[in-house]
Amino acid sequence: MDRRPTWAPEDVDVERPSIARVYDYYLGGSHNFAVDRAFADRVLRLMPGTTTAAQANRAFLRRAVRHLCEIGIRQFIDLGSGIPTAGNVHEVAHSVDPTTKVVYVDIDPVAYAHSRAILADDPHTTVIRADLRQPAEVLADPQLREQIDFDRPVGVLLVSVLHFVSNEERPADIVAGYASATAPGSHLVISHASVEGTTEASSEALDLYKRSSANVVTRTAKEVAGLVSGLSLVDPGVVQLTQWRPESPDETTSWEEIPVLAAVARRE
Amino acid sequence: MRASKPEPTDRARSAPTPERIARAWARAMAGTSYVSMSRRELHSYLSGLASRLLSAATAETFEPSVGYEVGAALVDAHFTLPTSLDRTLCVLAEQLSGAGTPARASALQSALAAGYAQALRDRTLAEQEEIRAAAMLARSEAEAARWSSEARFQAVFAGAVIGIAIADIDGSIIDVNQTTCDMLGYTPAELRQLAVERFIHPDDAPGVRDAYQDLLRGEREHFRLEKPYYRKDGQAVWTDLVVSLIRDQEGQPQYVVAMIEDITERHHLQIRLRHQALHDPLTQLPNRTLFFERLGQVLDDAEEDARVGVCYLDVDGFKMINDTLGHDMGDYLLLGVARQLHSKVSGPGQLVARTGGDEFVVLVERSAGPEQLVAIAEAALTAIREPVQLGGHEITVSASVGVVERAADTTSATELMKAADTTLHWAKRDGKNRWALFDADRHAHEVAKFELSASLPAALERGEFLVEYQPLVRLLDETVMGVEALVRWRHPKLGLLGPDRFIEMSEETGLIVPLGQWVLGEACRQAAAWQRQYPEIDLVTSVNLAVRQVQDPGIVDVVSAILSETGLDPAKLQLELTESAVMGTAGRPLQTLNALAGLGVRLAIDDFGTGYSNLAYLRSLPVHSLKLAGSFVAGLRPPDSPDPVDKEIVATLIKLAHTLHLTVTAEGVETPQQAARLRALGCDTAQGWHYAMPGAAEEVIALLNPRSTSDAPTLDAPTLDATTVDVTSGSAAPKSAPATNGRRPGAAPDGVAVPTSTVGTASS
Repeated sequence: MDRRPTWAPEDVDVERPSIARVYDYYLGGSHNFAVDRAFADRVLRLMPGTTTAAQANRAFLRRAVRHLCEIGIRQFIDLGSGIPTAGNVHEVAHSVDPTTKVVYVDIDPVAYAHSRAILADDPHTTVIRADLRQPAEVLADPQLREQIDFDRPVGVLLVSVLHFVSNEERPADIVAGYASATAPGSHLVISHASVEGTTEASSEALDLYKRSSANVVTRTAKEVAGLVSGLSLVDPGVVQLTQWRPESPDETTSWEEIPVLAAVARRE
Repeated sequence: MRASKPEPTDRARSAPTPERIARAWARAMAGTSYVSMSRRELHSYLSGLASRLLSAATAETFEPSVGYEVGAALVDAHFTLPTSLDRTLCVLAEQLSGAGTPARASALQSALAAGYAQALRDRTLAEQEEIRAAAMLARSEAEAARWSSEARFQAVFAGAVIGIAIADIDGSIIDVNQTTCDMLGYTPAELRQLAVERFIHPDDAPGVRDAYQDLLRGEREHFRLEKPYYRKDGQAVWTDLVVSLIRDQEGQPQYVVAMIEDITERHHLQIRLRHQALHDPLTQLPNRTLFFERLGQVLDDAEEDARVGVCYLDVDGFKMINDTLGHDMGDYLLLGVARQLHSKVSGPGQLVARTGGDEFVVLVERSAGPEQLVAIAEAALTAIREPVQLGGHEITVSASVGVVERAADTTSATELMKAADTTLHWAKRDGKNRWALFDADRHAHEVAKFELSASLPAALERGEFLVEYQPLVRLLDETVMGVEALVRWRHPKLGLLGPDRFIEMSEETGLIVPLGQWVLGEACRQAAAWQRQYPEIDLVTSVNLAVRQVQDPGIVDVVSAILSETGLDPAKLQLELTESAVMGTAGRPLQTLNALAGLGVRLAIDDFGTGYSNLAYLRSLPVHSLKLAGSFVAGLRPPDSPDPVDKEIVATLIKLAHTLHLTVTAEGVETPQQAARLRALGCDTAQGWHYAMPGAAEEVIALLNPRSTSDAPTLDAPTLDATTVDVTSGSAAPKSAPATNGRRPGAAPDGVAVPTSTVGTASS
């Protein structure tokens, strides 16, 4: 049969840019293919600040994970983890406590395969392939449940992923799906492309995303706060990414340079 | 990328420290690459590297490889973007100028660049290798997943006991499983050459094609039906088919999957069961159910002006054959009849069915007219008359056929078969071995008669009957010597009905007994009233007794009771009996007659001469009078000359009666000539319109009011001469004029003859 019915499993298509590999490229990695780099270069021509924003996003992740580790959280679920790169969640967390549990979740088959290859020997980390838009399925994964104790607080990381979830897919319900499954004291970490600071050029870049890989939905600070409405925002609330607990005041940058929001919320 | 600004010269001149270098370096490196370090961590990291570089620059033995290692360490810390190297070289060019020799500084920087390039190259190649390996792993996993999915699917597909076929939306068959091939008798390769269209079967339900088109357009997800397929060898396979739509990732229709279950056996069983349900097991002809189903269809589907007909056939005397030759022979005969009918009258549009024991029906779906139906009935009768061999006997049977033919849109199956049943009974009643064609008028008449008959008992209850009286006149002197009581029915819808409309049917139903008794009682009451009122008048009241009344064992008691109840002198009562009532073969009539005579009542034989009277027997009967049948008297009516034969018969009968000492009454005397001729022949008494119509009691008594004459009442014959009415005797003429004052106008508009002159003095 030349033509295969659609119930057959999907192909691994490396002819289309992948969000995970393009992001790796922004961060100076080489876990990517020509098609990813060509796409990333087009985005960078429109939005040269993307590299900086990616670095800042990674730095936020590091600060947030460190913060959660400092308040005693010892298990993390990183949703939409992408290609592992310098400063992975488990590296940051293990620098505080080497027994901290980390589960990486991504739907990208290559990112998933690579993550497993890298983390194969680490008993405290697990990689699963799943669609973060289906909280029930993700949380029902036996490997995840083996690693995570839902009676204890969990750090759920939704870093730079929710802007790939359209309103029709009900992002607030997705967030609630994770939050409701976790114990009080759990935290959600969110970074999200912002409406504020989005320029004409960056809009074009978002269009590029829309055409090539994934639709990007920018949201306002209020909308992002709405995504975690059932939870308590940790100080300083929903803010521009670099302003979320910077290590020093002069490390912050403008909206124009990095139009990204960040927030950490606590389940009471 | 521009090099960072040189430090002030006074500071450059002083010896560089790792701290100072690290500060400048960290500042220059900020944001050039992503490193997962806080500012302090970064400072500390770079400070370490600076320390090593400074040591190398000022060491006794110069080791330029330190620069190489520092370059590699930068890549290791993920300073992977070239700007980081650029900035590093700029910062070090300045910061290392105060340490060691310029040659050493230059060598360290060169080595650092080489170490950085080598490490970056290694890292890049390693990462490229990793991601490629990851992609391959992902692919092979997807492949494995697909393989196991396909293997599962193939196992299901190949091993399924139901047929599975996959077609694209253009109707090309892409794949079929072995079960499908076995079911349809093709090889997979042959089936893939065929289009879905090829499998449309003429017996497919009308909606199938539409359902399939809806599916292809994506307007429905699946449909299910039972349908036949033609096998390659031409045989039909009945299937339970479920057709489902498969869409692509964008939701567009992509494939059609058919799941085909072979239900041929079940289908044949259903057909067989249906055949059994709709056919007679003995003759294999369609049964009553199928006949009515088909008739219903024909009537439902009938076009305008279409006509339909049935021949309803019943074997004559079948019960006798069954009873005498046995049921086996009866069945055998029916089988023979069925075969004959099937071969001679069934055909396209002509269904022969067995609807009951010995009942068959031919349905003519499109009748050309009654002639066609009659021809079919004739053919059926001819076919049935063919001799049949039954257990060594050659037996010939006949049948009767009821034929109904009518416009399809004016009838229903029930009506049609009711009419056929009625018509079959006509054929039976008319003598069997024949057909009868339904006649609406005859039917309407019968229905009316039946309805009338059915309403008789209630009418008697409600007192709708009344009694009229017709004078009996002594021919010798034309005096009224008696009256005959005649019953009438005042029907609420049909008006006043004479006995000819209801006596016969009341005899059939037996109602004649209570009705006759009522009339007898009523007449006796009236006669008794007259007897008390006019004791001087010698008036006989004559009342008819029906055969069944005479046969009724209680009749003597009834008469006796009525006489004593009313107080009527038995001698004033005459009972009229028909010849058949009197001449019964059994002894009972004679006993009854003797007992009645013993009560003292007179007995008369009514309609004498129409039966076959045993004259010898007549002689021994306690009878007082004969009433000549009206038919003989009618022969005397012609004004010019009477019928000589009738005249002779009447003369002989009168003579006979007188020989037996019986008086003779002539009925139906309508003209003066008749009266004169009867008188000349010696007839004793007469009644008829020549003298008076039957009338109410008070009208009749007015004719013989004793105050009008000192002697017996006399009818003034001349006044009656001109008043004859040409209506049959016994039928009630309308009587519109009230008789409140006991008087009726002479020559009334309705032509009723009344003796006006006599009556005229009656009330004065």
